[in-house]
Order: sequence, then C-alpha cells, then structure tokens
Amino acid sequence: MEAECITPDAFAGKDSKEIADLKLWEGNQQRSLGELFDVEGEGADNPKDLSIQIFGDVHKVRRIGASMSSGEIIIHRDAGLHMGEEMKGGKITVSGNADSWTGAMMKNGTIEIKGSAGDYVGAAYRGSIKGMRGGTIIIHGNAGNELGCFMRKGLIKVYGNVGQFAGMHMKNGTIMVLGNSQGRDGAEMTGGKIVIGGNVPAILPTFTFDSIKQKVKTNGEDVAGPFYLFVGDQTEQGDGKLYVSQTSNPNLKFYERYL
Amino acid sequence: MAELLIKNGFVYDPLNGINGERMDIAVKDGKIVEKVKGRGKKVIDASGMIVMPGGVDIHSHIAGAKVNAGRMLRPEDHFKDVEAKTDKTRSGVGHSIPSTFTTGYRYAKMGYTTVMDPAMPPLKARHTHEELNDTPIIDKGSYPLLGDCWFVLEFLKKGMIKECAAYVAWTMEATRGYVIKLVNPGGLEAWGFGRNVRNIDDVVLNFDISPREIIQGLCKVNQLLHMPHTIHVHTNNLGKPGNYVTTLETMKCVEHLANNGNPVIHVTHCQFSAFKGDDWRTFESGAEEIAKYVNTHSHVTTDMGQVVFTDTTTMTADGPFQYILYQLSHNKWVNSDVETETSTGIVPFRYKRSSFVHATQWSIGLELALLIEDPWKIYMTTDHPNAAPFIYYPKIVSWLMSRAAREKLLKKMNKRAVHKSLLPTIDREYTFNELAIATRAGQAKALGLKNKGHLGVGADADIAIYNINPQTVDPSKKYKLIRKAFKHAAYTIKDGQIAVKDGEIVRSVQGKTFWVKVKASRSLREIVPKLKEAFEDYYTVQYENYIVPEHYLAVSSPVQVKAEV
Repeated sequence: MEAECITPDAFAGKDSKEIADLKLWEGNQQRSLGELFDVEGEGADNPKDLSIQIFGDVHKVRRIGASMSSGEIIIHRDAGLHMGEEMKGGKITVSGNADSWTGAMMKNGTIEIKGSAGDYVGAAYRGSIKGMRGGTIIIHGNAGNELGCFMRKGLIKVYGNVGQFAGMHMKNGTIMVLGNSQGRDGAEMTGGKIVIGGNVPAILPTFTFDSIKQKVKTNGEDVAGPFYLFVGDQTEQGDGKLYVSQTSNPNLKFYERYL
Repeated sequence: MAELLIKNGFVYDPLNGINGERMDIAVKDGKIVEKVKGRGKKVIDASGMIVMPGGVDIHSHIAGAKVNAGRMLRPEDHFKDVEAKTDKTRSGVGHSIPSTFTTGYRYAKMGYTTVMDPAMPPLKARHTHEELNDTPIIDKGSYPLLGDCWFVLEFLKKGMIKECAAYVAWTMEATRGYVIKLVNPGGLEAWGFGRNVRNIDDVVLNFDISPREIIQGLCKVNQLLHMPHTIHVHTNNLGKPGNYVTTLETMKCVEHLANNGNPVIHVTHCQFSAFKGDDWRTFESGAEEIAKYVNTHSHVTTDMGQVVFTDTTTMTADGPFQYILYQLSHNKWVNSDVETETSTGIVPFRYKRSSFVHATQWSIGLELALLIEDPWKIYMTTDHPNAAPFIYYPKIVSWLMSRAAREKLLKKMNKRAVHKSLLPTIDREYTFNELAIATRAGQAKALGLKNKGHLGVGADADIAIYNINPQTVDPSKKYKLIRKAFKHAAYTIKDGQIAVKDGEIVRSVQGKTFWVKVKASRSLREIVPKLKEAFEDYYTVQYENYIVPEHYLAVSSPVQVKAEV
C-alpha cells in the first residue's frame, strides 16, 4: 500500500470524513483511506497542530509521512518501507520496528524508532547523491546495512547494532552507533563523523590510523572513550573521521604500533 | 480518411511567405490541400490562435545506445518525474532522458512533429531504430557518425573520394541513416588511445590525416551524393575556452566548396563552440566573432545549443570532451569506445545561475541567436539533453521574444558573467515569423524535408496551433503567456490527425522514420567485397547482421537522392 497521504500536511483543514476520502493505492487498485482504516478524531487547520496516531499494524504500508513538513505521527506498532522519505519537518515516532529506507533523503525533522530499522536508513535513493540533509533519526534497536548512505548533514543515533557499510559515501553529518558493526564502515566517505561504541571486525585498508582520542564530541555532547581515530576514505581523498572504541576492539590493538 | 478544416487562425508559414495572415488551412488524407468540400469534415475554430507548421528539431538526442546508457546511469533522473498511464498513453519516466514514449508525447504536447536524433554509432543502428519505433507521434531520423570511421579515414587519406562516397551511401542504407555526422573529427579515433586532436590541422594517430581533410572530404562526399542536409559538424575542441578559433577555421575550411550560395556545413550546438579566453578564469563569449562570420557567409547554418539552468545529463560521442566534463564535475560517468567507429561519454551535469562559466554559456547561446541576423541560419535547440532537456523550449522562446524576460533572469545571475555579457546591449526580439523560422521552417529547409516545415498545398499535415493572439498579446511584455502557450499546444495535428488537444494527448499515432536511399551507378556496389573483408578483420558482428533491414522500421520513409557517381 502506498500511503503518502498519511501526513499532517494532507490531513490539515479536513474533518474525519474528508480524511477518510483521501485516496491511496493498494497494489494496482485505488482505494480510500476510510476503506482500510477507521478514521476518528478532530481536524486542525494547521498541520503543526496535528498529531496522527496509527494503532493498527502498518508494516505493509509504505511512505507514511512522506514529505511531511510539520506536526506529528505516532505509530503504535510496526511501520513499513520508505517511512518519512524526504521529510521536511515534524516528528514520527514508531513503537515497533521500521522497515528499510526509513527517512530516505530526509531534509529535517525527527524520526524515533523504539524497535529496529531495516537497511538504507537516511540513505539516498539509487543514483542520487543527496542522502539525508538534516534532522535526526534515533533507533533504539538495531539497523541494517548502508545506514546513512550519502548522508550530508544531520544525526543518526543507533543504540543497538548495525550491518555493513554504515556511513557509506557520507559527506557530512554524524552517525553514532552504540552497539557493534559488521564492518566496512565509512566506505568511500569524504567527510563527516562516525562513532562506533561496540565491536568492529576490521577497518577498511583505505583508512589511515590517526591517533587515540579520550572523548568525542557529537552534537554538543561528549562521549567518553577512549577511541581509535581513523581518517578516510583515501580512495576518495576523503577527510571523514571514524571513531572506534578501544575497549571493545582488542582486535584492532595492532594499529597502536603505528603511533 | 477524414477531412479537416482549421478556420480563421493567424497563420505563420515563412516558407510560403505567409506572415500572420488570418486564413483557413484545409487537410485531406494527411496532406494539406487547397480546400475541402466533404460534409463530414471536422472543423477546428482557431480564431485568436496562432497556426504554424509542426515543430522540427534538427538536433536532439532521443534514442540509441548512448541515450539508453544515460537512462541506466541516472535512476535519480527518473523517480522524480513519473508519467502515469492513461487511456491514450503509456506510462513513462524521466526528466533529462525521458523514456521513448514519454519523449514522443512531450514533444507532441509542445507542437513538435519532427525530431532528428543526431548521433548514431553505425554499429548501434539497430538499437537506435528499435527505440525510434517506440517513440510515438513524431517523425524522426538519425545521423550515423562517420567522422572517425576507419573506412572513411582510410579512403580519405588515399584521396579516394568516390570510394568514400560509395561507403557513405552504403552506410546510409545499412543503418537507415539520414545525415553525415561528424563529431570531433579525428579526435574520437585518437581517444581510443587516450589522446585527442588539438586543432583542425593536427594529425590523427595511426591515420596520418588531419581533421581539416576529414571535414573537406566528407563535405565533398555529401555534395557527390546530393544528400538532403549538409554535413552536420560537432567541432573539434568543443567545450574548451578559446575554441571559437577552431570553429571559425572549421567554417572557413569548406568555404571554397560552397556553390550557388547554398549551405555546405551545419555547425551544431554552436554555443559550446563559441568560447573565448585562455582558461576557465578568463573565459568569455566568442559569439560576436562567430556571428560576424556567419552574417557575411552563406555556406554555414548553425543551431543554438542553448543552456537552461537545470539539472541535466550531458551525452555526446565526444569521449575526450566528456572526460574533461567529468574532471570538472567529479560526477559519475560512462565512457566507451565503439569498435572502429566512434566513442561515447555521459556525465550528469547541473547548470547553475551562480556559476560564472554556466551563466556565460547561457548568454553565449542567446547572443548567437540574436546577433546572427538571418533566422534561416540559426535554429533553436538545446542539444537535448546536453545544454537542457527539450521540455524547456518554451522558456527559450520567451527569451528570444522578450528582452524583459532576459533581463529578469540577468538580475539573478552571476554578476561577473552579466558584466561581461553582450545581452544587455542587444535590443533585438524575435517576431512570431522569425520564431517560426527558427523552430520549424528553417530546420525543415536545412534538413531538406520538402513536405515539412510549411503549410503549402501538398505538405504533410503536421500543424501546431497555439492559443495566443498575436494581435492582442505583445510577446515582449507578456512573455509568461508565451511560455504557457508554447508549453501546451492547443492542438498538434500529425498527418491530418489530431494528436494533442489542449496540451493533452488525445491520440497516439505512429510517426515515420526518414532515411536516405542513394541511387548510384553500379560502381558504388564494388566496395562491398572489400567491406566484407574488413568486417571479418575488425568487427564483432558479421557483415550480414550489421545491416538493418528496411522492414525493421515501423514506418519506413526513404528519401531518394541521385548521386553524381
């Protein structure tokens, strides 16, 4: 189901009956929102004042909150693909898990996921070099591969583990992972900051080892280390910073020889 | 077939000397006729509207292997611009490189009915025609790239003009091509070895021939074969500061071949070939020099290659030039060398108002169009999609017709570029008649398409009707209305059938594919055994599979010419 109509911007200025008439595609059939959901509540003229709550299971509903500019969406269970793509403002909260492409190409706003997220969180769509350009994504669980691909600005914080290629092609902004990574972090990055608190199997050979830092500053707050600092990706003459926890990574101890 | 009468429109038909007269146009069986009598005739009331021949585009990369590689390179160009399927049309995608069906529909919506794809590697002819078959409504043709072909280079080196003509005639038939196209003559052959040529007297690697000899040789071949169009040249050093000198030399080198004041060379997307200065910092416009030469010589025609500030995809057969663009933009790119024939390069590109170079390029295109006095010598193109996608033609129309429109944009552009630009000193504004020449009549005439670009009796009934009243609307002031009218034609009539109404497709018809069939003496066939031998030695395909059979074209329309050999 393609539900880009579930945004505060589309709901603004409509009562519950008009909202139930909004059209969306289910496969190749066009349906109205009212056929698939029970719509209740009061409307508001300004999207800023709207809070949309979704109680059902929407893990098969794509593009919820796409291009939204303000207001709030709360999803009490799992959310589907492309949630909050190209979001410009406002907040989306998911109590369950989110799928892949969450916050793809987003420009501003906040997405908070209590569960885990899929691949390509905050990434650029195929072929584009404009990944996440602002805003914040917070994931309390795990995230998949290519987190923040082509990221240009903003913050992604993951409390759990991440897959491979976190911060691939990253240009600027911050990615913070408190759990483990499956490796290849920051491949082809040219700028920005990746902090990994857990274990990393290996660092790409195209990163140079710089130093050991006792703390890192991310978005104004200090994170206590110590961290190994790597700079790269040298294949792109990049100046990206990759911080990896010293205590969680005894496997990287051999780098200390190069100090 | 139904009869059609277009009543009371303001008709602009420069080839027949009709300049905004209010008259009726009658159509029968897809042709324009003196009058229609039948009771069942359909009548279109065009009062208060402009009636012009259907638009003709002499240079627009709409099909072929290179265009398709561009589509694959740029998914981000597609997902933002999606056309849903309707009852009458198929779905499609694409901003700068639209899919085939969308290309046809969008051209038709602007009132265009004939579009030429200007760069077909002969080896990829089959693919090109497959795509052209799938491009609806418009008539089309394709130009085989011959300026770097081994056969041509070898024949010309040995001075065998007649044999070269025979080969070119064979290629036109084998690839169903329409025009002899030269792209950076000699440079592409050198690019196969990572080199380029520096000027038109440089020596081409391995062939001991200069670009000058290639241009002159193919120009002579063109005359021997009596081709409908002249040679179509993308100059050496294109896209490099200071290249206007090369462009002038290219024009001068065929000056002595001119006969009866007819054009013998078409220098295409001239904007890219009119750069002055030593490097990008001292970059400036060479439009004045080029315009001065074109104004005083009758053997040259050109087209604009006008830049519009937008995101687009550059694609030419000029591999070395595309490599420079890649180095400038650091964007992703595609490059290839097509066996013994040509090369290709594709680089996504964004033209920015704030950039000194891009803003100057914008200015050069318009300076050329406005400083070249005779509209029969310069045509409106964007070299789609190199300088801009063709959907921006209405904007260019407004810049040509309105000084105010130009000045409005000049205010928002790079200040240094504006300071150096000649545009603020140019008062000229195109009239509707001049516009009709630059967008249809002139192009059709240059292409030698006798039934296109005019509304005389016997012409193909390709007609565009725009909802604008030339008596009440002053294009110089109301340029926004002009843009709107030219963006969505009130009617586009193709072969007597209404294809577009009020800017929407109402009927998708199949257009023709033009190609040149050379009628010559038997001697031309004598080169075939030699070709077969060469195919065994050099090509990855067999001679027999190389030839595109005529039945491969959806609607084949051969243009017969009688060669002098």
